[in-house]
Amino acid sequence: MEQNHTEHTDHFDPVASKLGMWLFIFTEILLFGGLFIVYSVYRFKHPVEFHLAHQELDVTIGLINTIILLVSSMTVAMSITALQLGNKKLTLILIAVTLLLAAVFLVNKYFEWGAKIHHDIYPGSEFLLSLSKGDMLFFGLYFFMTGLHAIHIIVGMALLGVTYVKVNNGTVNQNRVSLLENSGLYWHLVDLIWIFLFPLFYLIH
Amino acid sequence: MTGNSTTHREPSYLDYQGKYTGIRAWILSTDHKRIALLYMYSQIFFFLAGLVMGLFMKLELIAPGPQLMEAQTYNALFTVHGLTMIFLFIIPGLAASFGNFMIPIMIGAKDVAFPKLNLFSWYLFILGAVIILIGVFSGDGPPDTGWTFYAPYSLKTNTNVVLSVFGAFVLGFSSILTGLNFIVTIHQMRAPGMGFFRMPLFIWSLYGTAWIQLLATPVVGITFLMVVADRMLDIGFFDPAKGGDPVLYQHLFWIYSHPAVYIMILPAMGAITEIITTFSHRTVFGYKAIAMSSLAIAFVGYLVWGHHMFTSGMSETARLVFSFLTFLVAIPSAIKVFNWTATMYKGSISLEPPFWWAMAFIFIFMIGGLTGLVLGSVSTDIHVHDTMFVVAHFHYIVFGGAGIAFFAALHYWYPKMFGKMYNKKVANRALLMLFIGFNTLYLPMFFLGYMGMPRRYYDYLPQFANLNLLSTVGSWIMATALIIVIVNLLRAKKGTPEEMDDPWGGRTLEWKIQSPPSLENFEEIPVVEHEPYELTSK
Repeated sequence: MEQNHTEHTDHFDPVASKLGMWLFIFTEILLFGGLFIVYSVYRFKHPVEFHLAHQELDVTIGLINTIILLVSSMTVAMSITALQLGNKKLTLILIAVTLLLAAVFLVNKYFEWGAKIHHDIYPGSEFLLSLSKGDMLFFGLYFFMTGLHAIHIIVGMALLGVTYVKVNNGTVNQNRVSLLENSGLYWHLVDLIWIFLFPLFYLIH
Repeated sequence: MTGNSTTHREPSYLDYQGKYTGIRAWILSTDHKRIALLYMYSQIFFFLAGLVMGLFMKLELIAPGPQLMEAQTYNALFTVHGLTMIFLFIIPGLAASFGNFMIPIMIGAKDVAFPKLNLFSWYLFILGAVIILIGVFSGDGPPDTGWTFYAPYSLKTNTNVVLSVFGAFVLGFSSILTGLNFIVTIHQMRAPGMGFFRMPLFIWSLYGTAWIQLLATPVVGITFLMVVADRMLDIGFFDPAKGGDPVLYQHLFWIYSHPAVYIMILPAMGAITEIITTFSHRTVFGYKAIAMSSLAIAFVGYLVWGHHMFTSGMSETARLVFSFLTFLVAIPSAIKVFNWTATMYKGSISLEPPFWWAMAFIFIFMIGGLTGLVLGSVSTDIHVHDTMFVVAHFHYIVFGGAGIAFFAALHYWYPKMFGKMYNKKVANRALLMLFIGFNTLYLPMFFLGYMGMPRRYYDYLPQFANLNLLSTVGSWIMATALIIVIVNLLRAKKGTPEEMDDPWGGRTLEWKIQSPPSLENFEEIPVVEHEPYELTSK
């Protein structure tokens, strides 16, 4: 473990930052874990309503978004390998592709939500309040959980954006990949959460 | 005198001149010691604010019938008192202040693993506090739900709940980042030779605390966000009219908020362990048992939340299981108390103020712990549930335990942190007065609760009058004592460096460096060659 004796703040320990990132990911999993508990309880109480309500969701868009996130997870993993091999140009291209895919995901989400809201299905709408309690809970959870996930996509994009700039100006490089690795880890988490959200909302049997 | 010192003395962290000056040298500093003081000063400020609210509550309860305020004011007062004391004083507690100051020093490091994140945590802490404050003074009045924000009332009340809940969410985020920082620091930054089982026990207790902060806080974070969404977006997660389940809210809330009690008390126990060991001049008895009991409390504490809900309509099986698990927590807690006693046995005890504070802690904590068993057992809990008995028990543990340990730690590490020594005689007398005031204030509440006086009411039946009057008088004694304690600390005098470096004969690493420590703590990272409390090392 290296200690820098001259400058107080310039202490760099890649193992520590990776450990920190993993711990942060635990907290994110627990954050969504609370929501998964709530989902389980209410689905157990209202199985039929949840089943009927899920048919309102568009499986195709959901599936496309799943594929988009899986591919983006792959490109971010490839960008890490590319940087480790010292290929800065390829790294930048792969991060840019990841960011592009994330943006496409959000656009899809926008149209999906837009369609729901157009049909008067949003929390607190008069139409939704006239439906059964199971429907209200299903759509409440749907908007809350996918909304929170979308916020995580945006945070992940910001993180990757900062990384892009730092790779570009050389502060993140072959010998100092930590930031890219950690942004990548975070991006995998965002992907992973969607892998759970997709079947829970779109593929109920 | 300073010139005679054999070792070269660096400028202390208090005098160090960086690139910033004035207040910016503090609020932009990433030095863990300055951040620790930022935390400590803000915590003490919030503590005094909470204290004033508590005094007004006791004044209202001095006699039956309305005295000073309306019922609604009283509701707001106990809510904001709870929010302030819990989220702004005792949850950051000893970890954010003394933990921040001592972790790097006690494990032989120059700073925590992520110094900037550390400062960011403090910013979040202040941001959360400001949000809560805005909530108190704006909109339709301060929240009146109690600090627990129980649904569905927290969804129905017209008061300003959203901001308080959101402020608590931000504070939780701050707490998570501090915990994360401490875990990584303890894993990565220990000096050469300092294995896990050579760490001082205060560090072990903070390690357990950090894991609770990390693993429990997100659950309440998301729960608070759901309450905000319920109120602002009309979702109805916890609103029975929309299919929500209020009991589910209670589960999610206590999954965090019970472990939060251990966030408060574990570092307190750790500090008490350090104090007792130092002043007994003996190696700590049962080092591994104490270290493991910290982790055991952290782990078992995660599984006992249901004991807050014995009357909320859980199944009989659930209640018995939670009751049994609650009794289990008593075991590691008792391990600590017995080991403290065994450490003192045949020790050469020096009766300095921090030691007296530690004794007060043990005495009060024992009462709090034993009355906790009354609440943990289902049948007796149903009798005293939601009465003053609960209030008394809670204050014996959290104020009498964690709060007193905060001041014990302050008296113990004060010479190290500031290079000054307070008047010991005044410190002892103030403690005695505080001890008397504390027990006069809270002991009657056990009897009141047992006789059936409910908590959170601004009025009561005439037969409760005498004990309530006694309790109010106790609050005056205690508040006076606290003022004396603080003034005495503020009037502490600079001692010679030789006296201040190790005034108590402590054996952990912080006593081997100068007081106050230099910016880098250690000019050379020490190599640890023995167990933390070995006497031969001095």
